[in-house]
Amino acid sequence: MADKDSATPSRIRIEKVSKSFGSVEAVRNASLTVNAGEVVLIIGPSGSGKSTLLRCVNRLETATSGEIYVDGDRVTDPQGNIRQIREEVGMVFQSFNLFPHLTALDNIALGPRKVKGLPREHCYEQARALLARVGLADKEKSYPDQLSGGQQQRVAIARALAMEPKVMLFDEPTSALDPEMIKEVLDVMLQLAREGMTMLVVSHEMGFARAAADLVVFMDNGEIIETGTPADVFDSPREERTKRFLDHIL
Amino acid sequence: MAAVDQPGTKPETRITVSDGALIPDRAEGSLLSAWRISFYGALGLVVLLPIISPHPYREIMRYLPDGILRTFQVTLISIFFALIIGLFTGLGRISRNILINRISTIYVEVIRGIPLLVQLFYIYFALGRFLSLDRLVAAILAMSVCYGAYMGEIFRAGIQAVPKGQMEAALAIGMSRSQALRLVILPQTARIILPPIGNEFIALLKDSSLVSIVAVSDLLRRGREYAATTFLYFEAYTMVALIYLVFTLFFSKLVAIMEERLNTHGR
Repeated sequence: MADKDSATPSRIRIEKVSKSFGSVEAVRNASLTVNAGEVVLIIGPSGSGKSTLLRCVNRLETATSGEIYVDGDRVTDPQGNIRQIREEVGMVFQSFNLFPHLTALDNIALGPRKVKGLPREHCYEQARALLARVGLADKEKSYPDQLSGGQQQRVAIARALAMEPKVMLFDEPTSALDPEMIKEVLDVMLQLAREGMTMLVVSHEMGFARAAADLVVFMDNGEIIETGTPADVFDSPREERTKRFLDHIL
Repeated sequence: MAAVDQPGTKPETRITVSDGALIPDRAEGSLLSAWRISFYGALGLVVLLPIISPHPYREIMRYLPDGILRTFQVTLISIFFALIIGLFTGLGRISRNILINRISTIYVEVIRGIPLLVQLFYIYFALGRFLSLDRLVAAILAMSVCYGAYMGEIFRAGIQAVPKGQMEAALAIGMSRSQALRLVILPQTARIILPPIGNEFIALLKDSSLVSIVAVSDLLRRGREYAATTFLYFEAYTMVALIYLVFTLFFSKLVAIMEERLNTHGR
């Protein structure tokens, strides 16, 4: 690709990105780099633009200005092949968004079969292995509405992994879950982090942050206010706004 | 809407009226439901009248089957083309290409604003000056074009009823928009629109009686031909009405069962 930039080991590079919806500026001048193997957590009050920023990374939202690179490929290039980039960026949604007309196994195999055009047998073998990896080997024939929220989210993670992405985006993956199901999803995410997956996560799960995050980013009102290690940001925040937010959620 | 139970009123005179007037509520399964009374009543008359009173009813019953076949021919071919037109119109209505979007929207607006009977006259008589269409072809064309516009709206609504997250999830794994539509959105749309399409089919079956006006020998036309030679208008049209009723009630029941299945095993 023309915009290849391999000078840095960064997997995601967000440079001065802004995103407006009409007159509302959801993200303002945000810059952030995620290196290979890093786990970065974005926290912040609702409406602070964290999900919007995340969705700009695979261009579900198109940044109004600024540049985003994934593994050196320029996401923000209007002429670029966004589908090729999306194949390398897995995404997990708050509301799972599994395909309700397909079984768990078909959900996972669909991308490799139709997007990558891989042989059917190979795709289903891989899908079975992924289901086992998220602890749902016995659910391959289940439809999404027969699974609990936690199980659905684990299938959704497997579906994203099936494309063998270089980067995973998580958009509040546990916010729609009952408390007793949060752990099973976080365990899968922790395991992924340990295996060296590069992850950009919008979440308020402090336990996950302390256990797995290399960096915590606090956003408020569309801006990145503070960036630091989990210990720095949670225990001794520099900014007044970060302090106030943490007081609210802890 | 459920009837409010008030103290002092006789409960047995109160019934629950379902919202969908066209769609019989299967839960209301009493032996004497309105659907059963109408359906078995009509069916009984269609069977019994020719037995009890062979003249003229048996003669009428011998006269009508050709028309029934023609009616179904027109209905089935028209619904087939209407579905195809409707699919593309529905996709056009949500297209981001402004030209395609405008064309399909104008088509829907224009066709829905003209009565079907006028469209039928227009295609057969008015356009007949330039292209002499066979009457059956003209009839099917008019029905397809007209119902295609209504189907287009059903498809559009069905596509838009699929949650936005489905398209996003499909795009996120690298699908093109057309792959996402074909593999993710439309299969879900199909389940959503099956009942309304069933209702359109019933409406089309009834509206197909309009084609008798351009001398297509459908059920109504055959009844009229019989009546014109025998002057037995009451008897002929009674049988015609009963036969339409048997078919429409039968199909509306099918739609209701289908809808119920989709609601309980909805995926």
